[in-house]
Amino acid sequence: MNENLFASFITPMMFGLPLVTLIVLFPSLLFPTSSRLVNNRLISLQQWMLQLVSKTMMSIPNPKGQTWALMLMSLILFIGSTNLLGLLPHSFTPTTQLSMNLGMAIPLWAGAVITGFRNKTKASLAHFLPQGTPTPLIPMLVIIETISLFIQPVALAVRLTANITAGHLLIHLIGGATLALMSINTTTALITFIILILLTVLEFAVAMIQAYVFTLLVSLYLHDNT
Amino acid sequence: SQDSKMASVVPLKEKKLLEVKLGELPSWILMRDFTPSGIAGAFQRGYYRYYNKYVNVKKGSIAGLSMVLAAYVFLNYCRSYKELKHERLRKYH
Repeated sequence: MNENLFASFITPMMFGLPLVTLIVLFPSLLFPTSSRLVNNRLISLQQWMLQLVSKTMMSIPNPKGQTWALMLMSLILFIGSTNLLGLLPHSFTPTTQLSMNLGMAIPLWAGAVITGFRNKTKASLAHFLPQGTPTPLIPMLVIIETISLFIQPVALAVRLTANITAGHLLIHLIGGATLALMSINTTTALITFIILILLTVLEFAVAMIQAYVFTLLVSLYLHDNT
Repeated sequence: SQDSKMASVVPLKEKKLLEVKLGELPSWILMRDFTPSGIAGAFQRGYYRYYNKYVNVKKGSIAGLSMVLAAYVFLNYCRSYKELKHERLRKYH
């Protein structure tokens, strides 16, 4: 049981071939493209959702920040679909790997910060010191603000990894507990119910993506455009 | 006379699988295009065949997407069968 618990997080390889590449590319199969005005139901649904999300999310930044719309919408689609596919039985979720999430978080965060530094140098540097601090506290506050800036990409990546991994682990554990308790009757019903509720809550992994992109967006907004 | 004879014999390469006779099967398989672009073309054709039959229709149902997800679950099960073998309900493992 102990070894099996973490076995689902091993990078899938088959005969030495990286099967994980195929698994990462699989969600792209589920989002067809079309250049028609009136599409089939799948594409229409996806377009409607995408318009909804992009209108709520991209109305906040100014036109300079809105150039990131394509990138952010691809990001939310990718993370959302990957997390939701990971809820299917026996599947592998690439976003449980910290390496992948760091690979997503660091470039995006660095791009936002560097854009801010290039275009509005004074304002970006001014972020390191909040308004109205008493003079003796200034050196310490600058250090703290610097640390809080550099911890942002790490926080983004670790937040996503930890949430998804913890959710999957809990499902495994509680499912295993239910099976083991099957022979000892009354508690089984209660635990199965807990599993059901937990899975539903976990379906809000989509909310997780919301958190990811939204946090990224807020940080981007602050850095670029004040 | 000679034209009709040539017209009635379809070259082996262009026959579809269900039209190939059993004795011709090995040579048919060997004649398939196994270059990377050939294999990519085969995947593309298969994808569009499924897509146009089940998804790209006027009143597509949930079945089009569900079949893909079911196949995904099944393939993942096959992939992790080796580890899952040990989790069967047995008295002695």
